[in-house]
Amino acid sequence: MEKFEKLTGIAAPMPMVNIDTDMIIPKQFLKTIKRTGLGVNLFDEMRYDRDGNEVPDFVLNQPAYRDAEILVAGDNFGCGSSREHAPWAIKDFGIRCVIAPSFADIFFNNCFKNGILPIALPQEQVDLLTRDAEKGANARMTVDLENQVITTSDGDTISFDVDPFRKHCLMNGLDDIGLTLEQAPAIDGFEGRLAAERPWL
Amino acid sequence: MSPKTLYDKIWDAHVVHESDDGTCLLYIDRHLVHEVTSPQAFEGLRMAGRTVRAPEKTIAVPDHNVPTDPTRLQGIRDEMSRIQVDTLRQNAKDFGVEMYDVDDVRQGIVHIIGPEQGWTQPGMTIVCGDSHTATHGAFGALAHGIGTSEVEHVLATQTLIQKKSKNMLVRVEGELAPGVTAKDITLTIIGRTGTAGGTGHVIEYAGSAIRALSMEGRMTVCNMAIEGGARAGLIAPDEKTYAYVKGRPHAPSDADWDKAVEYWESLKSDEGAQYDRIVEIDASEIAPVVTWGTSPEDVLPITAAVPSPDDFAGGKVAAAKRSLDYMGLTPGQKLSDIEIDTVFIGSCTNGRIEDLREVAKIMEGRRVKDGIRAMIVPGSGLVRAMAEEEGIAAKLQEAGFEWRMAGCSMCLGMNPDQLSPGERCASTSNRNFEGRQGYKGRTHLMSPAMAAAAAVTGRLTDVRDLA
Ligand code: SF4
Repeated sequence: MEKFEKLTGIAAPMPMVNIDTDMIIPKQFLKTIKRTGLGVNLFDEMRYDRDGNEVPDFVLNQPAYRDAEILVAGDNFGCGSSREHAPWAIKDFGIRCVIAPSFADIFFNNCFKNGILPIALPQEQVDLLTRDAEKGANARMTVDLENQVITTSDGDTISFDVDPFRKHCLMNGLDDIGLTLEQAPAIDGFEGRLAAERPWL
Repeated sequence: MSPKTLYDKIWDAHVVHESDDGTCLLYIDRHLVHEVTSPQAFEGLRMAGRTVRAPEKTIAVPDHNVPTDPTRLQGIRDEMSRIQVDTLRQNAKDFGVEMYDVDDVRQGIVHIIGPEQGWTQPGMTIVCGDSHTATHGAFGALAHGIGTSEVEHVLATQTLIQKKSKNMLVRVEGELAPGVTAKDITLTIIGRTGTAGGTGHVIEYAGSAIRALSMEGRMTVCNMAIEGGARAGLIAPDEKTYAYVKGRPHAPSDADWDKAVEYWESLKSDEGAQYDRIVEIDASEIAPVVTWGTSPEDVLPITAAVPSPDDFAGGKVAAAKRSLDYMGLTPGQKLSDIEIDTVFIGSCTNGRIEDLREVAKIMEGRRVKDGIRAMIVPGSGLVRAMAEEEGIAAKLQEAGFEWRMAGCSMCLGMNPDQLSPGERCASTSNRNFEGRQGYKGRTHLMSPAMAAAAAVTGRLTDVRDLA
């Protein structure tokens, strides 16, 4: 997994509530058997019209935000299905950090497994970052995971919380499965007890 | 020992290892795999030279993008869908996982066949790369959706890295009025608590109205826990649960059965157990409901009118405006005046035999209105066979319904069953998001009885008015 340490980049403002996974990546793109290549279809139905032309108003189509690496969004981001295609599409587009007042659980988890940092902040702080993002391409924001601080283009700082274990994995690019397999003896032991106590399983 | 909730008990019985920060390695008893969210997981195993740790605790079934017309048996025409189903078949074979293939009568929606095969049992931990895994919680199993990386993790280790959620209790007491069903209960709860109301929680549904539901009704309730923001919904097992499980192909038998029941009896929340959040609902106040917007929380009784964005506050004002625009509705318009083009009966929420019986009951002596496209997609091949045997299938076809093969179908429109732009559907599924049932398609969620009533009149209809 790609490491996440410190990111300085363009932030795109998307102050909509309940941005669901169908909006992030509509189902017609779920038929792939790969993890990559979904970035062009990120937010597909908002980003393109029926004929496949770009909708000029849509934030990621605006010249200032085409290379955004951070997304600042509204409440309950990522609600809907468990499709990991949503974080894959976000990552493939080039976004490594999503900031919102709250996230849906499954989406939130999926981000960490794909090298994306989701940050939940109180609404006022998200509003402040949205205003900063609205300044366009010159307003670069910095997200420093090690120190858990976001710095706006004006130099304002906002600190954020992150689960220590997830931070450790993200900063070192650690793969969960490898970590868990180190605990194989504990799993063997559990299965042994299970066979004795709940044999019907 | 301090009193525990049902969730606490199942959780504690599955912790393999707990770190200082509360992160747990949780043992997974059953894993359900389908074609859309698994290819990348198997690809990952292969690339790392790993195997499936417990193939006997894993089953695979294609459901999301299989076509539902009988020609699918001659091969799936859509290339991408065919590749996904072929990939699942190959992966199941290579890794030793049992698969219910497209031509197997046991094939169906993953959350319908789990219970049907007795694969779903009380006290288990069950996961699947699909958010409606919550359905299995109706048996008192801790069941939730996971992403593809987690699918890979479970395949490789039979465990999941998890932090415990909070406990939420939704108690529904009292008796339901005639015409009101499990779907109305679950939609009403979401309307009350919102789509983020259960975020970070596992919901336990309790109360006399929940106890009174059949197992199928309980599955409908738990199925939509995810629309309420919770990863899982739970209902304590009881005699109805045991009776449902007993004798199914994967159910315990003989001495194992008695041992299992004895254990299952312990699976209820203790007196005095603590919940982080409690919601109380009076069952007698629940009406038949429909959704008007593009979020499952946009729920109103069928007797109400389309709301105005001004009725809301905060970010919901703009969301409601966008919804009404998308749905082509005007504030103040009566919900029962909204005309529909399509009726979809099916999905893991309402694609079981009782749902089809309910539709058949409403359709007795009635017909689908001319010009309305009405389709029934049974949740599994076995549900379909049962309905055919009971004579329901023939009656419904005579009444004007299309009778399809099993699958997810128009619940998410990944297969050819889709709405066209602007088309409006009375649907028994669980999501009304923009584009969910087809590009620019408009979805109203409701119970099977209400969807049948809409098929008869061609508009959203109070089933109680059909009398
Ligand atoms: S029926 Fe719908 S909600 Fe259920 S598993 Fe299939 S697509 Fe998901």
